[in-house]
Amino acid sequence: MRLEPIPNPTLGRQLALPAAALAATVVVASLLALLAGANPFAVLGQIVTGAFGSKFALLETLNRATPLIFTGLAVAVAFKAKLWNIGAEAQLYAGAIVAVLFGTGMLGTPFVLPVSAALAMLAGALVLLGPVLLKTRLGVDEVVTTLLFNFIMLLFVSYLLEGPMKDPMGMGWPKSEALIKEARLPRIAEGLRLHWGFVLALIAAIAVHVLERRTTFGFEMRAVGANLGAARFAGVPVNRVLVQTALLSGGLAALAGWSEVAGLKGHLSQDLSPGFGYTGIIVAMLALLNPLGVIGTAIFVAGIFVGSDAMSRAAGVPTYIADMLLASALLFMVLAILLTRVRLVRG
Amino acid sequence: MSEIFDILISASFWAAVIRIASPLILATMGELICERAGVLNLGIEGIMVIGAFTGWIAVYQGMPLWGGVAVAMSAGMLFGLLHATLTVPFGLSQHVVGLGVTLLATSTSSFAYRLALPEVTSPPKIEPFQPLDLPVLSDLPFLGEVLFTQTAFTWFAFGVAVLVALVLFRTPLGLALRAAGENPSAVEAQGLSVTGLRMGAVIVGSGLMATGGAFLTLSAFSSFFFEMVNGRGWICVALVVFGAWRPGKAVLGAILFAAFDALQIRLQQTPLGADLPYQVFLMAPYVLSILALILMSRRAEVPAALMVPYNKGER
Repeated sequence: MRLEPIPNPTLGRQLALPAAALAATVVVASLLALLAGANPFAVLGQIVTGAFGSKFALLETLNRATPLIFTGLAVAVAFKAKLWNIGAEAQLYAGAIVAVLFGTGMLGTPFVLPVSAALAMLAGALVLLGPVLLKTRLGVDEVVTTLLFNFIMLLFVSYLLEGPMKDPMGMGWPKSEALIKEARLPRIAEGLRLHWGFVLALIAAIAVHVLERRTTFGFEMRAVGANLGAARFAGVPVNRVLVQTALLSGGLAALAGWSEVAGLKGHLSQDLSPGFGYTGIIVAMLALLNPLGVIGTAIFVAGIFVGSDAMSRAAGVPTYIADMLLASALLFMVLAILLTRVRLVRG
Repeated sequence: MSEIFDILISASFWAAVIRIASPLILATMGELICERAGVLNLGIEGIMVIGAFTGWIAVYQGMPLWGGVAVAMSAGMLFGLLHATLTVPFGLSQHVVGLGVTLLATSTSSFAYRLALPEVTSPPKIEPFQPLDLPVLSDLPFLGEVLFTQTAFTWFAFGVAVLVALVLFRTPLGLALRAAGENPSAVEAQGLSVTGLRMGAVIVGSGLMATGGAFLTLSAFSSFFFEMVNGRGWICVALVVFGAWRPGKAVLGAILFAAFDALQIRLQQTPLGADLPYQVFLMAPYVLSILALILMSRRAEVPAALMVPYNKGER
């Protein structure tokens, strides 16, 4: 068995295979529903209406998509340069810590929002700087270091919330003080739960798109990812590009945590992120690492989470179905995309 | 300082070290086999979870303990087959597939646990492996407590490590496996199938990772918790690097790591533990793993074809 490239894949093949991957995910969902003793059509219907069926549901989905757009972008830029940043979760919490640090009264100026956003990005960038310098200087694999940093950061947050950042009025719950009004991202419209973080996420996606397509740095980033040896031979400063990519990636992931605190929650707690950093990998891969595509896939992924929550309350199928569906969608999709370009032949 | 010394000379400390090292040794051997054949298996974290869950639920449903281990191993091999199929013949990104397998295995465990036990609030317990009681040996001072009152599962873990070392370095199969990770074209020239060797390595390796997970539920604790693996899989990936892809060194690394882990638990009970936040102690294993990676970075001999997909006829 070996892989043989298909010289000119037809448009039909390029569309049919991803569609088949999606269909396969729906089949998995139906089987899981049957296993749980529920009607598959009812379960699928409840996931879709729970995610997109009403104004309330849709806004909830967009709110959930906001941090996923940021972490999805963070992963997309890093993976494009073949920098395996699996530590978006840690960088997210770095941004959230900064949002609390500067949003609870330390800065009372009208500039508190932009200043804390900028500092949050800086903090996220610094969290990834360590692993990337270890990679470029010593050749330490960044996959494991960034993964391990996630655990260290969660423990650090736990320490902050039980120690220096603990809300004295928190009734013993480990959570931070609430942000002052000036440090909160306002809602897009009165009475709507959707906050300006969503718009910022869209702007970030467009900015990353422009950066990738229209600047030398974007070109160098893609060159390093496409062929490291060739990029180095062509005179691209590979290590500098990797470090710059890491700073951008860490900064984007930090905005996810910053906007969750400033826009949605208003304080920091241990359960701020139900794995947004890891889910960002799925968002980015489903978007084929395209920054604008990340917007669509983040909304899709958020819809599966929000819809599954609603469905679980009604149909009693465990919410963990959402993670199973996303993992299946990811694996089906990477295989489908590969098969648009190659086929498996005997010999 | 005298507290640390007191801890280091106590038999119960070293007994704990061996106990903590056992699941790490099993999973590290699993990862080592995969990487020696040229495949990075980041499914390890999730495969440990599925092993912990399936082994536990099998025993909870009435199977004998070793039956639970076999069930866990089979479940791990199944996810290994998925990983191997996507990364070896199809040559997909080992990073992406591995993380996908981890998410799939973890969520499958949670989903199945909720389906099987919808109502429970506190996780039910099983009767786990008991400490061995050997004539004479178990009654020896110090060594008796450290080595001969461990469970049979611990002995199994060390046995597996010896077996892996023997197969990898003393048999033609081991030579072929290592060659598949160093120079796959040469393996193909010998008339052997790189695809077959690599897939076999990933499947068997994943089976071992799952038994490492099962150790947690069947020997270390007696219940299944969602967060129980808690990064141990990633630590094992670091241990393979620390051990320079050699089973013996990797076992020593696991024991060293377990010693630090056991030490931090005990230090929390001393005056030092009162001065420092407990999170500092809990961070130690992860910080230590990163330090180990840095320490070995210049010396490690990475298998040359690690993470390089092999496609016959391509060079």
